[in-house]
Amino acid sequence: MTGMSERGPVPEAPVAHSPAGTGHGAFDGHHPPSRRRVEECVHCGFCLPACPTYGLWGEEMDSPRGRILLMKEALEGHIALDDVFVRHMDACLGCMACMSACPSGVRYDELIEATRAQIERLHRRGPLERAYREALFAVFPHPGRVRVAAVAAWAYQRSGLAGALHARRWPDRLPGRMGRWREALRALDGLMPPVSLGAVARPLPRQVGPHGAPRRRVGLVAGCIQRGFFAQVNWATVRVLVAEGCEVVVPRPQGCCGALMVHAGREASALRSARALVDAFEGWELDDVVVNAAGCGSTLKDYGRLLADDPGYAGRASGLAGKARDVTEVLAGLEPRARRHPVRARVAYHDACHLSHAQGVRSQPRQVLASVPGLEVVELGDDQCCGSAGIYNLVQPEAGEELGRHKADLVRAAGVEAVVTANPGCNLQLRRFLGPGVPVFHPVEVLDASLRGRPSLAGAQGV
Amino acid sequence: MGALEEVKAELARVLPPDAVVTDPAELATYSCDGLAGYRTTPGLVVLPTSTEGVASAVRACSARGVPFVARGSGTGLSGGALPHAEGVLIVLSRMRRILEVDPVNQRMVVEPGVTNLAMSKAVAAHHLYYAPDPSSQVVCSVGGNVAENSGGAHCLKYGFTTHHVLGLEVVLPDGSVVELGGRTLDPPGYDLRGVFVGSEGTLGIATRVTVRLLRLPEAVATLVADFPDPSTAGEAVSGIIASGIVPAAVEMLDNLAIQACEAATGAGYSLDAGAALVVELDGPREECLGRFGEVEAICRGAGATRVRVAGSEDERALIWKGRKAAFAAMGRLSPGYFVQDGVIPRTALGPVLARIAHLASEAGLRVANVFHAGDGNLHPLVLYDPDRPGEPERAEELATRIVELCVDAGGSITGEHGVGVDKACSMPKMFSEDDLAVMARVRAAFDPAGICNPGKVFPTPRLCGEVIGPYRPHPLELAGVAERW
Ligand SMILES: Cc1cc2nc3c(=O)[nH]c(=O)nc-3n(C[C@H](O)[C@H](O)[C@H](O)COP(=O)(O)OP(=O)(O)OC[C@H]3O[C@@H](n4cnc5c(N)ncnc54)[C@H](O)[C@@H]3O)c2cc1C
Ligand code: SF4
Ligand code: SF4
Repeated sequence: MTGMSERGPVPEAPVAHSPAGTGHGAFDGHHPPSRRRVEECVHCGFCLPACPTYGLWGEEMDSPRGRILLMKEALEGHIALDDVFVRHMDACLGCMACMSACPSGVRYDELIEATRAQIERLHRRGPLERAYREALFAVFPHPGRVRVAAVAAWAYQRSGLAGALHARRWPDRLPGRMGRWREALRALDGLMPPVSLGAVARPLPRQVGPHGAPRRRVGLVAGCIQRGFFAQVNWATVRVLVAEGCEVVVPRPQGCCGALMVHAGREASALRSARALVDAFEGWELDDVVVNAAGCGSTLKDYGRLLADDPGYAGRASGLAGKARDVTEVLAGLEPRARRHPVRARVAYHDACHLSHAQGVRSQPRQVLASVPGLEVVELGDDQCCGSAGIYNLVQPEAGEELGRHKADLVRAAGVEAVVTANPGCNLQLRRFLGPGVPVFHPVEVLDASLRGRPSLAGAQGV
Repeated sequence: MGALEEVKAELARVLPPDAVVTDPAELATYSCDGLAGYRTTPGLVVLPTSTEGVASAVRACSARGVPFVARGSGTGLSGGALPHAEGVLIVLSRMRRILEVDPVNQRMVVEPGVTNLAMSKAVAAHHLYYAPDPSSQVVCSVGGNVAENSGGAHCLKYGFTTHHVLGLEVVLPDGSVVELGGRTLDPPGYDLRGVFVGSEGTLGIATRVTVRLLRLPEAVATLVADFPDPSTAGEAVSGIIASGIVPAAVEMLDNLAIQACEAATGAGYSLDAGAALVVELDGPREECLGRFGEVEAICRGAGATRVRVAGSEDERALIWKGRKAAFAAMGRLSPGYFVQDGVIPRTALGPVLARIAHLASEAGLRVANVFHAGDGNLHPLVLYDPDRPGEPERAEELATRIVELCVDAGGSITGEHGVGVDKACSMPKMFSEDDLAVMARVRAAFDPAGICNPGKVFPTPRLCGEVIGPYRPHPLELAGVAERW
């Protein structure tokens, strides 16, 4: 990655602050943000209007250009990784809109990822915040636990408790000094999607083939949030791929791909997850590794770089990365074979940042939707982040909420019946701000409805 | 308490808490504008959201003789928004409301932090747009445009900012608020609006801008013609102008600039062309399309190796995206660059570029060139590596020699990026002492205390070392008509 950093295992605990003169300034020697990459920023400012946080607050230190300058100052040892520095890095959504906007090709993704890993090692957060982050990471990246959470969410919704609690707005009842927690809990509570128990409970098939010779042999990454909350999306993915002539395997056991941890700078656990997934997909002889969650896809495609330091994994990791495709990329690459029935609906397509900005996948999901007769797809005319951004809406609830409302307003103004987006995080966020009136689907759910001859999207979320 | 500390204390009282920035790391993010070679951390940054907020900041400074500098989006390329270490940086990026759109009278009123492109987007539904289109239009603010009198590819036909700004609300350096100009094109009295436009933040801070809007043209046609070298492309430009056609834009990129644009945008420029010419015509459909054929023929006649005509609005947008990314994409070729900004007679293009190439190879550096061919505005970009000892200095020297070359070729030192700190030392090359003294008097009329963006535009001993020589009183001063500002 940087050529300048030392190779070696990820330190679990802080590496002693590098003394002045080691060339990393406030960072330690384990993959500090690359100086060369920092220098690639010519300070032109073209990224500013693309950045949601600059849009919110209009200040330089919460813009990509400002954050890069902060990294540079820290690299030069002029500033420390103190609360102020961390606040501005934490406020970054990691939406990578700045990368799409940057004419100089600055690798902001690598820079922020390296910076976050350093922060997690070298900076000590306040006790409340630490506990909260630990709690989140105790649930989210573990498919099993997300499933428990999902079942609990189902029970919670069925019990009538949800309505009762919502009426009393329970998050407001928390003690005042837990203000941030209150915001965060409100966010978490608002995110609980309607859960279809059947889909959660039924395990995906291990291997399923089409009639006749398969056109491609693909492996499905089942994801953790996707599996826990949107199991129906995985089912739809399997069905449409098989209908289009693919043989689908779902290697097991599969854990989390590590994306959420990578984005939060939890390097050691991210690498553990990545290695396990590389192992799980070993030996299946796949043409593609299919991902239906944009955040996972972008991380998977980056496995080669992520595991470059590990001689036992580097080669296999980049092999896996080379085969990783978003499900819409695979579908758009196959001449449609299965019969599409009309779906009469007017929907908006929302670009998930980790699909559009991080993977450059914009036309393929639109192409998949365009293959459905009767479907009218409306552009929102603004590809700004919806504020979900991994766990962002849970750790930066105010900003996440403002962006979520903005996106929901755009959707409502477009006068559509539903929104289609290819990432579970966006799905959760959009549901929260759109309410039950405007449902949210994954593109494969829409295609699935068409293949199964469901005339409207009402039943698209069935199993 | 020092004067700056007093200002800090006062502003912490009168402005909202999140509008006053004092943390050293946060201040450092404001240390430079688009000319990142110059960096100074400001003493204090304020982010007002209203004219009143700006006025209180300026009053606080003026009461104590503390210098202040206005900043819009910080994309200036001459260091105009370079802060003062002992002063206040007044940032207008939160003043970005569109206050009024009057489609019938084709004008709008905006706050200074509104971006150039946001103005056009806001009125597109009325088939109107704001004509001056600097390449940085996605991000640069209209306040910065006013201060720099910015122009863009289309200024050949439509003119610069000054031709499109009707009126301004300005906070003067003593903190008072005045209106300059008005809502019509030619209000009676002295044209103080005209004085303010292009004053590079040295006469006050614009807090409200009334601009005029044009109707979107009925038809637009765009082509890219490849040439073996910039001189032949220059001949084609002369041919087009001589035929009586007034193109909306004529832009030239040399090979290095083409490479940067292509890497950034994949806009379809030919990587092997010695130079590319982008020509755009607009206007009533019949006329535009008729004359477009002529342009194509002139290009081919002059030796174009390939002519690509934009077949759709998307393709046209992509061609412009490529051209407009040229400067900002230089990071792909080099970690550091100086943009120069000179005006040369169009006919001198060939020899000037040859001379630049010669100077560049002497200095062992690369220079990319972007040229607003229609009006002779040349932007050489001197590429350098800040980490190589001595290279930044060599690059700076080369950049200075290039602008001086432009002057020697019968041109001037600045087209549109302003003088700022970057070219202040070259001012005596362009203007006589008397000229400079008269300009200084204008400045002093607005800012007698010399606290409004000091150290910019005019050469100072600190900035220019020995170059400008010892201070000598101006004849007007000797005559007692003027005092030193
Ligand atoms: C990649 C790139 C391409 C560019 N292309 C062009 C181009 O094609 N044409 C062109 O003309 N310029 C171009 N520029 C230069 C720059 O974008 C313009 O000068 C622009 O007008 C600056 O606007 P800003 O908001 O960034 O101003 P800033 O850089 O923030 O400030 C510029 C000057 O304006 C003053 N100022 C800012 N706001 C106010 C205000 N409200 N009142 C009074 N003074 C104020 C500042 O003190 C400073 O002196 C380019 C810059 C870049 C980085
Ligand atoms: S990743 Fe998104 S939020 Fe972060 S700096 Fe880039 S544009 Fe801004
Ligand atoms: S657009 Fe790219 S080069 Fe320009 S300021 Fe942003 S990150 Fe830096």
